[in-house]
Amino acid sequence: MFQFIFRRLSLVIPTFIGITLLTFTLIRLIPGDPIEVMAGERGVSAERHAELSAQLGFDQPLYIQYFNYVSGVLQGDLGNSLVTREPVLSEFLALFPATIELTFCAAIFAILVGLPAGIIAAVKRGTLFDHSVMTFSLTGYSMPVFWWALLLMLIFSVNLGWTPVSGRIDVVYWIDNVTGFMLIDSILSGEEGAFSSAASHLILPSIVLGTIPMAVIARMTRSSMLEVLSEDYIRTARAKGIAPWRVIVIHALRNALIPVITVIGLQVGILLSGAILTETVFAWPGIGKWLIESIGRRDYPVVQGGILIVATIIIVVNLLVDIAYGIVNPRIRHSR
Amino acid sequence: MKLRLAALPLALMAAGAISTSANAASTLVYCSEGSPEGFNPSFYTSGTTFDASSKNMFNRLLEFKLGTTETEPGLAESYDVSADGLEYTFHLRKGVKFHSTKDFKPSRDFNADDVIFTFARQWDKNHPYHNVSGGSYEYFNGMGMPDLIKDIVKVDDYTVKFVLNKPEAPFIANLAMDFASIFSAEQADYLMKQGKPEQLDINPVGTGPFQKVQYQKDSLIRYTAFDDYWKGRAQFDRLVFSITPDASVRYAKLKAGECHVMPYPNPADLAQMEADKEINLMSQEGLNVGYLAFNTEKAPFTDTKVRQALNLATNKNAIIDAVFQGAGKVAKNPIPPTMWSYNDNVKDYAYDPVKAKALLKEAGYEDGFKTNIWAMPVQRPYNPNARRMAEIIQEDWKKVGVDAEIVSYEWGEYLNRSKKGEHDTVLLGWTGDNGDPDNFLYVLLGCDAVGGSNRAQWCNEEFNNLLLEAKETSDKAERTKYYEEAQQVFKREAPWITVAHSVVYEPIREEVKGYKIDPLGGHYFYNVSLEK
Repeated sequence: MFQFIFRRLSLVIPTFIGITLLTFTLIRLIPGDPIEVMAGERGVSAERHAELSAQLGFDQPLYIQYFNYVSGVLQGDLGNSLVTREPVLSEFLALFPATIELTFCAAIFAILVGLPAGIIAAVKRGTLFDHSVMTFSLTGYSMPVFWWALLLMLIFSVNLGWTPVSGRIDVVYWIDNVTGFMLIDSILSGEEGAFSSAASHLILPSIVLGTIPMAVIARMTRSSMLEVLSEDYIRTARAKGIAPWRVIVIHALRNALIPVITVIGLQVGILLSGAILTETVFAWPGIGKWLIESIGRRDYPVVQGGILIVATIIIVVNLLVDIAYGIVNPRIRHSR
Repeated sequence: MKLRLAALPLALMAAGAISTSANAASTLVYCSEGSPEGFNPSFYTSGTTFDASSKNMFNRLLEFKLGTTETEPGLAESYDVSADGLEYTFHLRKGVKFHSTKDFKPSRDFNADDVIFTFARQWDKNHPYHNVSGGSYEYFNGMGMPDLIKDIVKVDDYTVKFVLNKPEAPFIANLAMDFASIFSAEQADYLMKQGKPEQLDINPVGTGPFQKVQYQKDSLIRYTAFDDYWKGRAQFDRLVFSITPDASVRYAKLKAGECHVMPYPNPADLAQMEADKEINLMSQEGLNVGYLAFNTEKAPFTDTKVRQALNLATNKNAIIDAVFQGAGKVAKNPIPPTMWSYNDNVKDYAYDPVKAKALLKEAGYEDGFKTNIWAMPVQRPYNPNARRMAEIIQEDWKKVGVDAEIVSYEWGEYLNRSKKGEHDTVLLGWTGDNGDPDNFLYVLLGCDAVGGSNRAQWCNEEFNNLLLEAKETSDKAERTKYYEEAQQVFKREAPWITVAHSVVYEPIREEVKGYKIDPLGGHYFYNVSLEK
């Protein structure tokens, strides 16, 4: 098992070098000078431009800039945002809990709905339920996030008034930022109704963000279950007279779950990056929105640092998925 | 169904939490369009940052009278100008209190030291605070203050004198701008001694009507009304900026009562807002101009007749309908009608393709010519859709034989290349900074600005001299005369096609009273009250 983990880890180093190189070069390949973008129509004089370039280190050759960046990263310094002048890491840490909270709730929603829907659809193959699940999941999968979010918002928030439109908590609650997780902070604040306000703010964004992963999980579970259910050992188990639910849950599901776990792992990455649109629509103060704005402003340190951290998280999640595989299916950790 | 399922465990958990009653304080919620870049307005140039900092937290020596572009006394009760226009002496207000923070409680009232600190920090490169937090003072530099100021002298605790290198009448308007917001010298000293001077730019104290309590990036900013505000406490207790970048979502929140005031609505939503009884749709002509500049250093635009001909060939009313969807007005002058010295006697070029063709023939371009139109890649207040505007102009020009190609670059690149004059014609615009005509005319069309913000690369001696004369006198009536004449010269020489001034819309909820649109684009909440 350790050898397996070690092997996986050694693959991570070149991936990191690749990510730093890619983000560093790609953001600089996009035309646009951060200083000009900052100045807008007003513009800056040539002298002022040179002065600012020197201050920000843009006057040095690219390889030196890259070297400075990487040596900073190795010392845990991701640089300062060109716009707010605050350290990238502290900006990230301030925003990340919001993204985690949203991603977590969306993942829970996707799994809680997607997994059972897929299983039942497979068991009741060919029935109306099966067809409905497949149609809904295809629709969910191809739904433009922006449109879907606004639609839900119009129906549930504006017309029915069941959920709030956007934000993380009602403005009447002045909650101190302790952990950054609004659900936890609202409990810590001790203000009556704060927690339910925070939770109700999470409902729509979680559904919107969780819709695509839910559809993917439902479809994947269904096809994987169908494959397993037609295996000989399932027939044998049934022939032995084992209760039908035991056959499905104990015998079929465990084997069917392997590809589903892979998909769930991949979806976490997609959730993190896919939160961009959801965060923008719901004014959710997470890292997706932060990164998109930084690209627009050519805020090099934020783009580089932010992508590096997100990539790290996705790598770690995938590593954990690989290990989870090994636990679910011993054959994987022994094969090369 | 989903809601009920979710609500059940939530209610149970909430019941377990310690209960204190929700606050009954009156709160005004403003759905702002983005996060501020920071809280020191002297570092930045964006309105979003000014709304969150200077407009509501700070004061300046002079303020803009709300709803106008004229200045009125702020932290200075009055000022005198010397006869040669080189010395401005300000008499400061007494008894003005600063806010306090968790760590810092001011021990004295506002005085001359605070004024000196605020300006010396930006002006004096050796000032201990000059380089703190990166130290780039874009507006202070952009308005030419470093070259203008010769000295700042503390006459006594409540008198400050600015000595200038040359007479410059717009100087007074500059002092009402956001970068001139007065900071506390006492807080600066305190933080310097603590070894954390950069905290001054993160948690500054001001003298304004609201003090900042908390900021969560991309989420919200919280303020409380400042009890000791020198004009009297605001009429509500709390001010919240709920940061909501998407205009449709802002509108949804306004309808649902989750915010009281929102900026920048979608033009497509205006009709619905107007019909909504709970919403009061306010509007005002913006202090801006959208224009097309001819590169007057490149043939054939060196020829005034060609420029005039293309002015005649462009149907501006069609642009207002198609691009602004009614939220704009045809522009005939380079300054907007809300600005003093606007010359209403100027006669615009009426749409007349036949006359345009005749003029082109006179100039020797009977068969037309090939050129380009640069279209901005971004939406701006003065031009919501440059691409569409360029297409309409392209069609119009085709009718008189001028074949134009539409060109676009990434925004930073676009600004940079057009500054260097790589274009034949370019679409751009301007939003006023300080309500002074000089801030449009000299900045956009003065000889000094060629190779910079003068995209027409146009240097006309007659025009430029009028502007220089106007800078040197502080008599407003005299200045008005110069500017009115300059606008006549401008129209005759036609370095631009003045396309449009946009109309600014601001929907507010009906319970909001006393709100005024600021022609300079700011959002002030001090005068507002909430009914119900």
